[in-house]
Amino acid sequence: MSELELVPKYPREKQTMINVNGDEAIAYAVKQSYVDVVAAYPITPQTIIVEKFSEFVANGETHTEFVAVESEHSAMSACVGAAASGARAFTATSSQGLALMVEVLYIASGLRLPMVLAVVNRALSAPINIHNDHSDAYLMRDAGWIMLFAENVQEAYDTTIQAFKISEHPDVQLPASVHIDGFFLSHTLENIYTLPDEAVYDFLGGPRKIAKVRVDYFDEEVNYALDPARPLSIGNLALYDYYFEIKVPQVLSMRKAEEVIKEVNEEWYKLTGRKYGNGLVDPFMVEDADIVIIAMGSSAGTVRSVVKKYREKGVKVGLLRIRSFRPFPHKDIVELLSGSKLVAVMDKGIGPGQYGALYLDVAASLYHSKSKPILVDYVYGLGGRDLSPEMVEQMINNLLKDLEKGYILEEERLRFLGVRG
Amino acid sequence: MSSLKSWKEIPMGGVAYRLSTDVKTGDWRALKPVIDQNKCTKCMICWLFCPDMSIIWDGEKVYVNYDYCKGCGICANECPVKAISMVPELGE
Repeated sequence: MSELELVPKYPREKQTMINVNGDEAIAYAVKQSYVDVVAAYPITPQTIIVEKFSEFVANGETHTEFVAVESEHSAMSACVGAAASGARAFTATSSQGLALMVEVLYIASGLRLPMVLAVVNRALSAPINIHNDHSDAYLMRDAGWIMLFAENVQEAYDTTIQAFKISEHPDVQLPASVHIDGFFLSHTLENIYTLPDEAVYDFLGGPRKIAKVRVDYFDEEVNYALDPARPLSIGNLALYDYYFEIKVPQVLSMRKAEEVIKEVNEEWYKLTGRKYGNGLVDPFMVEDADIVIIAMGSSAGTVRSVVKKYREKGVKVGLLRIRSFRPFPHKDIVELLSGSKLVAVMDKGIGPGQYGALYLDVAASLYHSKSKPILVDYVYGLGGRDLSPEMVEQMINNLLKDLEKGYILEEERLRFLGVRG
Repeated sequence: MSSLKSWKEIPMGGVAYRLSTDVKTGDWRALKPVIDQNKCTKCMICWLFCPDMSIIWDGEKVYVNYDYCKGCGICANECPVKAISMVPELGE
């Protein structure tokens, strides 16, 4: 907030502070977002979202139709049905639940149905584990969903409300997922500022606005929704003659989503006084940094505190937090890293036989940058292994040695941070 | 299939821009149901079972809409008086 001090429409004194964990914050945001249908199945560490939300329904605090389904596959299928009928739909899951949901995730995005999914990131089996890493998120990276990663509980609340707006934007019409780190955020209490119900209602423009489509058999544009009065055939077979033409607009809308995420971030700033970088990326002391660390989710907080400490010692290090994993902010990365000499990507997930997914995306951006910094991948935090400030310090100390040396050998480019042996 | 549209010309999400009845699925047929009007008792069991709504009652007799009949043979199988026989399509 270095520019002109902006007075938000709802300054802090007009907002209500509540003490909630990440899951409760999301449930509360969903309640305020005038959601018509929630279909969900409980799984640790997402359970509290569903539990809390079903309480809101039981208490009559929301008009939402709550569907207790028998699996995550059915949860997403019910959301697809709800969204296809024009409703605002929401579900939440983690890990194995997301894996079971994946088949239907592609259908939601392919049918261009706006909805929001909260993913409380948890490691995938085997070995079975309930704690946080991003291996489940990496599983859905090509499913055609907008993927936003929150750093703290406040951002989880803010991003959930924003996600409905982004997803339903006329130029986007794609489903969106909000990611929070299991336990680190889902079960950690934080005091957060919340808007009054009517402010969220107005921000989202009331209930979901249904997109229009033009078909040969109706004279005027009709709602893209299942309506007995104006029946449409949704979910059709499209072979080599049309599949490609139906997929391309999906990719182009994802590009448009980049601008929409930025706009919504600004709009939220004017409303609440809070914003997260430009919406896509959240840089910290990157401008003059020799070494830039790239991270997603709650770890960014730990890295930021260590970066601050090293800056005090005069070490030119910075943090670039990726908030939007899909669409991936290639342009911002090239611009922000143009002056850096060494970039360390922190991947909370692995792809055996390959680098981590975040590293690959950053490498794809930097290939087109004029000044190619040295690039290294740090895999960390698997299965909920804590990232301590000491581990980040150890990483920065190693990076300083690499910078002095001026190169990193191919066999040293994939490193494991915090593993024994 | 004469004029395939570009992605700019079709509605999003693969919504059908034409009516499904534009596609004459009768082309798929290998066997054709032929109704013997002398045997037919107009019980309409074939109409009840037809999955493609291709059995038509015009007020006097029962006949088949060959534009959409795929030749599955359910009508012939279900007909209690064996009035329907499945005849191979010989092609043009």
